[in-house]
Amino acid sequence: MAKTVQEVDQVVIRFAGDSGDGMQVTGDRFTNATAVLGNDLATLPDFPAEIRAPAGTLFGVSGFQLHFADHDILTPGDAPNVLVAMNPAALKTNISDLLPGGTLIVNSDAFDDRSLAKAEYANNPLTDGSLAGYEVYEVPLNKLTLGALEGITGLTQKDMLRSKNMFALGLLSWMFSRPTDGSEGWIRDKFGKSPEVAEANLRAFRAGIAFGETTEVFTHSFVIKPAQLDPGTYRNITGNQAITLGLVAASVRSGLQLVLAGYPITPASDVLHELARHKQFGIKTMQCEDEIASAAAALGASFAGSLGVTVTSGPGLDLKSETIGLAVSVELPLVVLDIQRAGPSTGMPTKTEQGDLLHAMFGRHGEAPVAILAASSPADCFDIVLEAARLALKYRTPVIVLSDAFLATGSEPWKLPDVESLPDLTTAFEFATGPNHEGEFWPFLRDEETLARPWAIPGTPGLEHRIGGIEKHDGTGDISYDPENHHRMTLLRAQKIAGISKDIPRLEVDDPSGSAETLVLAWGSTFGPVRAACKRLRNNNVNVAHAHLRHMNPFPSNLGEVLHGYKRVIVPENNMGQLLKLVRAEFLVDAQGINKVAGAPFKAAELTQALEAHMEIPR
Amino acid sequence: MTSNGNGQVIQLTKKDFESDQQVRWCPGCGDYAILATVQSFMPELGIPRENIVFISGIGCAARFPYYMETYGMHGIHGRAPAIASGLAVARPDLNVWVVSGDGDALSIGGNHLIHAMRRNVNMTILMFNNQIYGLTKGQYSPTSELGKVTKSTPFGSADYPFNPISLALGAEASFVARTIDNDRAHFTEILRKAVAHKGTKFIEVYQNCNIFNDGAFDAVRDPRSGRENRIYLEDKKPIRFGKDESKGVIMDSDAQLKIVDVEEVGEARLLVHDENAVIPGRAFALSRLSHSPTGPVPLGIFRSVERPVYEDLVEQQIAQAKERGGPGDLAKLLRQGETWEVS
Repeated sequence: MAKTVQEVDQVVIRFAGDSGDGMQVTGDRFTNATAVLGNDLATLPDFPAEIRAPAGTLFGVSGFQLHFADHDILTPGDAPNVLVAMNPAALKTNISDLLPGGTLIVNSDAFDDRSLAKAEYANNPLTDGSLAGYEVYEVPLNKLTLGALEGITGLTQKDMLRSKNMFALGLLSWMFSRPTDGSEGWIRDKFGKSPEVAEANLRAFRAGIAFGETTEVFTHSFVIKPAQLDPGTYRNITGNQAITLGLVAASVRSGLQLVLAGYPITPASDVLHELARHKQFGIKTMQCEDEIASAAAALGASFAGSLGVTVTSGPGLDLKSETIGLAVSVELPLVVLDIQRAGPSTGMPTKTEQGDLLHAMFGRHGEAPVAILAASSPADCFDIVLEAARLALKYRTPVIVLSDAFLATGSEPWKLPDVESLPDLTTAFEFATGPNHEGEFWPFLRDEETLARPWAIPGTPGLEHRIGGIEKHDGTGDISYDPENHHRMTLLRAQKIAGISKDIPRLEVDDPSGSAETLVLAWGSTFGPVRAACKRLRNNNVNVAHAHLRHMNPFPSNLGEVLHGYKRVIVPENNMGQLLKLVRAEFLVDAQGINKVAGAPFKAAELTQALEAHMEIPR
Repeated sequence: MTSNGNGQVIQLTKKDFESDQQVRWCPGCGDYAILATVQSFMPELGIPRENIVFISGIGCAARFPYYMETYGMHGIHGRAPAIASGLAVARPDLNVWVVSGDGDALSIGGNHLIHAMRRNVNMTILMFNNQIYGLTKGQYSPTSELGKVTKSTPFGSADYPFNPISLALGAEASFVARTIDNDRAHFTEILRKAVAHKGTKFIEVYQNCNIFNDGAFDAVRDPRSGRENRIYLEDKKPIRFGKDESKGVIMDSDAQLKIVDVEEVGEARLLVHDENAVIPGRAFALSRLSHSPTGPVPLGIFRSVERPVYEDLVEQQIAQAKERGGPGDLAKLLRQGETWEVS
């Protein structure tokens, strides 16, 4: 039977299965095949914190959502139109998201009484008619996988069944006309150490393709044309990968040795893992005894004349606070990467939230201002890290970079930059080489323009000096308890950070109509959903402006002007209103918040609806 | 010794290591003697001042870097070993010192101390032990004796104290020693041997706090009567001490160390000290000879063994990576993995 090929402009697929079913790896692989094809894409992995939650349970379900299209897209998609459910628990936790009439592919072998009971199904959903509203494909994945692997020796049946995710990958690759060479090469590489396992996965993958092609179950497949992106070379990249590459680039472009000290923490550990592999760049990574030590070691490295970096998530930021305070006081460069996750306390380690903005802003005793940046997309993590290094080096200050779990594990196509076009960080700083005040060296004599103090590193003859957390005399840096001096130093430290606003781009406003009366002000990972929601509103002839902050402290110099230019300011955040408090306090605007703390990013539709409600637009 | 910028080498003196800052310890504090000993020793190091860095945490001892005409950082409570570790990893060419006290090193900074020693980061840690919190005005410390009456323990401390030497040995320190603030000759000799050793050097210094814990170490520290109780450990020599070296240390059949009259047992039975012994058991037993300094106390080097230095291994991995794959190429790195062209 000849199969038809249907052209569609976008698809949202969600792979869902047990946390041991390999859903992340399947989604990741499908994403790469999709990226190479030139579709625009965005992904949203969603997995439990437990490594191997008890099999078949509802809380052990791991998912990976991919949105790909022949046009520019901004989010991983609100709801899937294709759901792959590897077991009843995955079906139960995900079916309500599947669009009406959507495609559902289930592993029918997994719907035995025991698994149904674990998923708390009273009746088998495959037979009770509850799935009537969907296009259901029951595929006996276990049986088909075992059949395809027949004859491979040295593997148990349990081992063989581990390849069933590759069968699913093959089937979906056929269904959406994905290229297969890359995936085959990837399977060979990934399982290269064990030829039987590689063979098993290859065979399962090919069997999945063949199943789609030859059986009568599937009558048609789909193509999605490449998106029209800017010319150039692209790769797919997650936020954490982009941060890692940004750090390497910061070292190369500053000519400084980079020392990153960290302590394992979800969802930040990947930065430590990835960076530890790039030793040929002279980069040093330390896994310290705790979060405190990793901040302290990074600061010690900066004192020594390296670019000191530490990476963590919220619970670690708590512990690094005292070192950040010391770095404010001794005025040395320090880059602190905070990959935010849902809090408070342990919270939900694998789930996203923007809950640390006020912590980054105020989470230290005393008057201790620092520069704060926030990345707005996975690829933007690369640029934001370079900007953090620039500011830390130029102003001799800690810079906190806020990313989050959504950006960290989500991915998008990234147009590779030309290395020579990256910021030249060698101009951001210079080491002190000699006396700066009447034949003496004053470690706190500031640069008039930036207010940064000299960076005199050990090994420089004649500049021996002591720094510390005790208040210093303006200029000489000697210990000082003089009340007026403390007031002056407090002002100077604040002015130094505030002055950065002269050195950063003005805030740009996206308002195609030029006549919007409502401004949506947002920051960080909400960029995609906010931009998508604004587009939807405009498609309904509602004028709305969007401004997105990357510099959180200091703010761009024109933020006040922008805010006062609109009748209404709405601030959507994945927290309970942290940027909202800052802008209301600083600019006295009656801004209103839209807040979601559900461990997941905004969906474009819910945000559109919330914006409409704020704007009093009748639906 | 230092260079004057014209390539000439100048012989330095103690004075060259004295900063212009007024020393602010209490008059009579043991810290003054320690500072003088260290400053006097510095010229002998033969290292230019600019390559020496003193790092400290918080407490009376932690003011030390301010008084040294070297590079220095007065850090945060307990974190000096961590700050110094980052410094040493970034710059293995520097001569790194950590100055700490019993509260700073063993209480709030206990974790950093043990892990620095375990990694064997090349640094000299001077831990001034005065068995009290001085800067916060007299609370008991993790080395204060059980029952100690202080402001925070009006009915006596219920906390069992650490034995710092035992702790350092347990934390795999490659160089462990003890000395006394006012015994300059011995202190200097320990410093000399410490700087010759590569790795973490842990030196406990009995330091008298004349304000909050005066006389805590009198049993060994007193220049006259204390001498009787000083068991000076000498490498590869039988352990003898006391008047006319009449007392000695033996290992009994139950593997316990005991103090004996040398004449009674005969010199042949005396324990011969071996600071380079691979197994730290005997050094540990020596550290347990006295839990608090009220009787005979071993002084000197308990242990000095060669072990790979953390930052050396870090450097080696970098050198190997460069040798294998050549120096890093950023453009190539950015392109790694699957890429595609859009024209």
